[in-house]
Amino acid sequence: MTALQKDRVPRRKALRRHWWFTPWLYLLVPLAFLVTFTYLPIGDMIGYSFTDWDGISPERTNVGLKNYTDLFTRPELFKVFLVSGVYLIAAVFQIALALYFATVLSFNTRFRNLFKGILFFPYLINGVAIGFVFLFFFQPHGTLDSLLSMIGVHGKHQWLGDPDLVNKSLAGVSVWRYTGLNLVLFLGAIQSIPPHLYEAAALDGANRWQQFRHIIAPGIKPVISLSAILAVSGSLAVFEIPYIMTGGSNGSQTFVIQSINMAFKFDKFGLASASAVVLIVLILIVTWIQRRLVPEERVELS
Amino acid sequence: MRRGWLAVGAASMVVLTACSSSGGGGTSAAPSVNADPTKVSGSITVLTNRTDQLGDGTLDKYAAEFTKVYPNVKVKFEGMKDYEGEVKIRMNTENYGDVLPIPSDLSIARFPDFFSSLGDASELSKTYQWTDYSTVSGKVYGIANYGTVTGFVYNKKVWADAGVTEWPGTPEEFLADLKAIKAKGAAVPYYTNYHDGWPLRQWTDAIGSPSCDSGAKDKLADTAQPWTAGGDLYTIDSLVYSIVDQKLSEDDPTTTNWDQSKVMLGTGKVGAMYLGSWSISQMRDAAAKAGANPDDIGYMPFPSTSGKACTVLQPDYKYAINKHSKNQEAARAWIDWFVTKSGAAQAEQGISSVKGTELPGALKPFADQGVQMIGQNQEKSATVKKIDKGAEINLDAPDYRQKLVDIARGAASGDRNSYFAELNKKWSQAQKTVNG
Repeated sequence: MTALQKDRVPRRKALRRHWWFTPWLYLLVPLAFLVTFTYLPIGDMIGYSFTDWDGISPERTNVGLKNYTDLFTRPELFKVFLVSGVYLIAAVFQIALALYFATVLSFNTRFRNLFKGILFFPYLINGVAIGFVFLFFFQPHGTLDSLLSMIGVHGKHQWLGDPDLVNKSLAGVSVWRYTGLNLVLFLGAIQSIPPHLYEAAALDGANRWQQFRHIIAPGIKPVISLSAILAVSGSLAVFEIPYIMTGGSNGSQTFVIQSINMAFKFDKFGLASASAVVLIVLILIVTWIQRRLVPEERVELS
Repeated sequence: MRRGWLAVGAASMVVLTACSSSGGGGTSAAPSVNADPTKVSGSITVLTNRTDQLGDGTLDKYAAEFTKVYPNVKVKFEGMKDYEGEVKIRMNTENYGDVLPIPSDLSIARFPDFFSSLGDASELSKTYQWTDYSTVSGKVYGIANYGTVTGFVYNKKVWADAGVTEWPGTPEEFLADLKAIKAKGAAVPYYTNYHDGWPLRQWTDAIGSPSCDSGAKDKLADTAQPWTAGGDLYTIDSLVYSIVDQKLSEDDPTTTNWDQSKVMLGTGKVGAMYLGSWSISQMRDAAAKAGANPDDIGYMPFPSTSGKACTVLQPDYKYAINKHSKNQEAARAWIDWFVTKSGAAQAEQGISSVKGTELPGALKPFADQGVQMIGQNQEKSATVKKIDKGAEINLDAPDYRQKLVDIARGAASGDRNSYFAELNKKWSQAQKTVNG
């Protein structure tokens, strides 16, 4: 009896040790990617932010916090966040629009798969291609002006040339592009709501709006708050659409474009890295505040 | 856990940095080429910004010609669409081809860190022009294939139709001529190419032309306020400002299109653009393809403030050898052959860097009208670059001039004087830091 037990115990231990690292084996490849392409570069970047490196010279000297003090003593560098405000407002429209379409398309609408496809399609197109397409779209006497003249609004508008319009036009492109992504997220969440809830609600005489208000909206709340977080951090870090379409000219410069110019046009890698670090911290803070305001709660649907 | 990875990342970064820091410095001897071409061997990679020539096989033709002379050398090309942007990142490693064009943004003081010396300046300058653009302590690090002059490429017919037959002598005359073209109504007098940006950058190359001073760019090192009347930058940027301010350019500059602009100039929808003389052959091609007369394309120098018509003759990309290359000899053989024997410079209407070669046909009118071609001194170019970047202006990027255009067309606040004052302030501050 004792002999048997003695035999058994180490075997079980061996088994358990084996069990301990198996999940890590599965995670090895993704973790290696994550470390190589996310954490190592971020570590590097934080390192650069304390130097005066110009991006190409073999030597770099440590300048301590100078880059950060530089950054915060130049308020004009933060003025570009005003541009982000335009995108943030656009993001509100985007989420509302996506929510509306997701709700409509989750009911038995005619051609709903077709519409889902049409709405999701922009998200699949490469950002550079979108930039070029919309450059033509926004040209004076271009597609948009022709469309407008069909409904009686004549004249040519400088959609990108007018400093009051440029950011709105660009934000519009961004809405066009990302609505599909939000739509798919919302659709997925809505689909997880058990259908008998609608039946019961319909029997009780609830109309579509009431069904949305009391079943769908609370049911997909976590996804909505996720979208809101993505929208805020996205609008702080807007980059590719303005970079491709205007290169940041005519007052459409965003914080990321400014950092890129700092690094690659003025050879101030240290300062650029510092501003990238500031952006990361800023996004983390915003996310944290949002999490505080809208705490994650488990949604129980039955 | 995450914090742990971050620590690992930070630690390994320090190690990596330490390794890479020890790499720089030290100069290698100039690679020489064996007199017997069959003894030169190896496989070299040539980086190129000319993806168009890579695509249409022009470069492969040159390589095939080269291999006839050097049968044991294999030449491979690697094209980069955004050459300046990509190559500088590659240069943080040791693997940046064997032969490469020196990125124009790289400060001259850094050349010895990256490239092999090609020989003494006193020797090489006998054969090649513009060696001073890449000479660091008496050694040359790059040789250009060809040089270009800058000026306005224009449509002769448009100008003649507006009653202008003589080249404008001063900036004021130039503006008056553009107005005449506008009054005629058939063409946009000037096209900025604002959206593509780099054509606006070209205006920087005019430094030296208005004052006819080959030391104009070097002077920037000691000038606290370059944007004051009399300075070349003032003349140049004032002209840009006035053109846009007086509505002599396209309506919406933000949606311009470079490829389209070539056709527009060729077919007489645009009067003029400020570009290097390399653009002439492209404009003529575009005109011919659009069914217009390629002979309508002309070229004129920047209007002068000194009373003499002048243009700055300067090199295009300078080719250098990667200091870490294992095939220094073969790389050197390629550069020598490409610059002196390939005929690539002539094929592109460039002015060959080999001294004593004839001017290309497109620049005949310059010779006929007695336009003086001057060089640009390079003694202080490293300091000028340092000030320029420190001031966050960057004369070699279009951004500050895009802003100038924005102000001129009323899309940004301020006027010419306030913007020039701002630029002057930035410049003098950076100058104080650089000069100590």
